[in-house]
Amino acid sequence: MKILVCISHVPDTTSKINFTENDTKFDTNGVQFVINPYDEFCLTRAMWFKEKQGATVTIVNVGGAETEPTLRKALAIGADNAIRVNVNPTDGLQVAKELAAVVKNGGYDLVLAGKESADYNGQMVPGMLASLTDFNFINGCVGIEVDGRSVSATREIDGGNETLSSNLPLVIGGQKGVVEEKDLRIPNMRGIMMARKKPLQVIEGVGATAATSVQSFEKPAPKGAVKLVDADNVDELISLLHNEAKVI
Amino acid sequence: MSVLVFAESSEGKFKKTAFEVVSYGKKVAEQLGTNVVALTINANDSSELYTYGAEKVVTVSNDALNTFNAKQYAAIVTEVAKAQSATVVVVDSSIDGLYLAPLVAVDLEAGCVSNVVAAPSSTSPFTVKRKTFSNKTFSNTVISTDHKVIGVAKNSYGVHENPVAGSTEAFEPAIAASGVTSEKVERVTGKVTIADADIVVSAGRGLKGPENWGMIEELADVLGAASACSKPVSDLGWRPHSEHVGQTGKPVAANLYIAIGISGAIQHLAGINASKVKVVINTDPEAPFFKAADYGIVGDAFEVVPKLIEKLKAFKAS
Ligand SMILES: Cc1cc2nc3c(=O)[nH]c(=O)nc-3n(C[C@H](O)[C@H](O)[C@H](O)COP(=O)(O)OP(=O)(O)OC[C@H]3O[C@@H](n4cnc5c(N)ncnc54)[C@H](O)[C@@H]3O)c2cc1C
Repeated sequence: MKILVCISHVPDTTSKINFTENDTKFDTNGVQFVINPYDEFCLTRAMWFKEKQGATVTIVNVGGAETEPTLRKALAIGADNAIRVNVNPTDGLQVAKELAAVVKNGGYDLVLAGKESADYNGQMVPGMLASLTDFNFINGCVGIEVDGRSVSATREIDGGNETLSSNLPLVIGGQKGVVEEKDLRIPNMRGIMMARKKPLQVIEGVGATAATSVQSFEKPAPKGAVKLVDADNVDELISLLHNEAKVI
Repeated sequence: MSVLVFAESSEGKFKKTAFEVVSYGKKVAEQLGTNVVALTINANDSSELYTYGAEKVVTVSNDALNTFNAKQYAAIVTEVAKAQSATVVVVDSSIDGLYLAPLVAVDLEAGCVSNVVAAPSSTSPFTVKRKTFSNKTFSNTVISTDHKVIGVAKNSYGVHENPVAGSTEAFEPAIAASGVTSEKVERVTGKVTIADADIVVSAGRGLKGPENWGMIEELADVLGAASACSKPVSDLGWRPHSEHVGQTGKPVAANLYIAIGISGAIQHLAGINASKVKVVINTDPEAPFFKAADYGIVGDAFEVVPKLIEKLKAFKAS
């Protein structure tokens, strides 16, 4: 089985988000970048397939040279090789089109991608990629098993789960549950040494254009101070929620 | 030209978000000087949507569509969008809405923007405000393609009545081969789900152990709320993973979010920022949650919550 894992390079979850150039550019100053948490679950699941069922695992990112440390980290976790599509994308459709070209050229059976990225949270790349490649698609996946060419996957639905079946080739939009958080892999010394020698291929994009662009960023308006209510006076809280906030 | 809205229903009944997306679609249609068309699949009474401004409702009834299937649903949305000459397609930001939106976008060669929180600030260029960076910021995004797909964030635009004398039109789509088959659906029944709830009562590690969740569930019951928890609580197995809210858990966009014994770490807040009114109950006056909350009580959950339940019962009865 040939697996492709899409890796997005995103600010660490604790990052303070700031903007420059008149609130038009994300300020990367002092920001630590990591593998997108949703992609990390997918990558670990891919390693599991590789070790237990036999698979080659390629990782791919559409981005500039600054994303290479993130790709090296994913290689250190155990991916076999990496592809960086040398394009600075500005929207999900552009990323999906660039990825679709990689998928079509590579003959992959299973494509794993986090259901969203922790920066722009568009929730569109896996679905668009599936559509563009005509692969089957299961989103919001919390469990996946592959037996030959047939797949059983579970996705989250409102208030529960749904189990689905499909054949390969397939695109998965994954989240926690594809593996549990305690099972996530951390690169060890040997992995880091080996990763240095693994191939990281840089290819030029196919020239996909974006359909959307960010005009400006905005922070939420500063909030007023919290209204404190005495612990002995919950009646006041109820009255505030009823009369002032009008939520009960 | 028209604006097409997919109005989601479950077991024949519209979700509240269906009324919100129709309200939103109506606004966009007004801005563009056109009409709003709503699409329903297996909804019992589609005329309900006239109240929110849908001049035309295209209804699809077919038992083969009782279980959501993204590819089949997307094919129907696309076909109806083309038949109605819709340039803007609006869906909600539910799990299913965001599953089909990118498929529709590819079929229509449309730019797609999800988590949209307001009506377009301009229709030329077409500019919408959406949540980014895990709800920490917003971005004003321009969609430059002729067709646009918009996912409206829950409880962001609101439900606005705008009654019109509408008409319905039945449509019998050919059902696309999907490649993905639903084998089993398991739902926790009889409980308000976090996605649908207007009020969410959430508790954290401050509750000390799973045996103390009785009062949280009781408080949720009194308020008709869903119950939720912080990440460590689900990691410890005190509560099911489906209740974990936050950046890596479920997003909550409720009208009221009550956080009990939750510190208010940045990853937790990222998931609940979109909620309108936040209440925090915490023993530690320095807990970061107090900076994010609208109302707060510095106090011990084990004393405050039982009192709150008792007083709320009296309030509800009065
Ligand atoms: C990559 C990443 C992703 C993450 N994603 C999420 C996420 O999605 N959701 C999430 O919740 N967390 C997430 N976290 C974890 C987050 O950083 C915090 O660790 C977590 O939110 C803390 O949970 P807590 O507030 O329940 O527990 P604690 O931090 O232990 O806080 C407990 C609080 O309870 C109060 N307390 C104690 N006793 C009482 C009492 N008797 N009455 C009232 N109050 C009391 C304390 O004062 C304290 O404020 C993530 C972390 C990382 C690194």
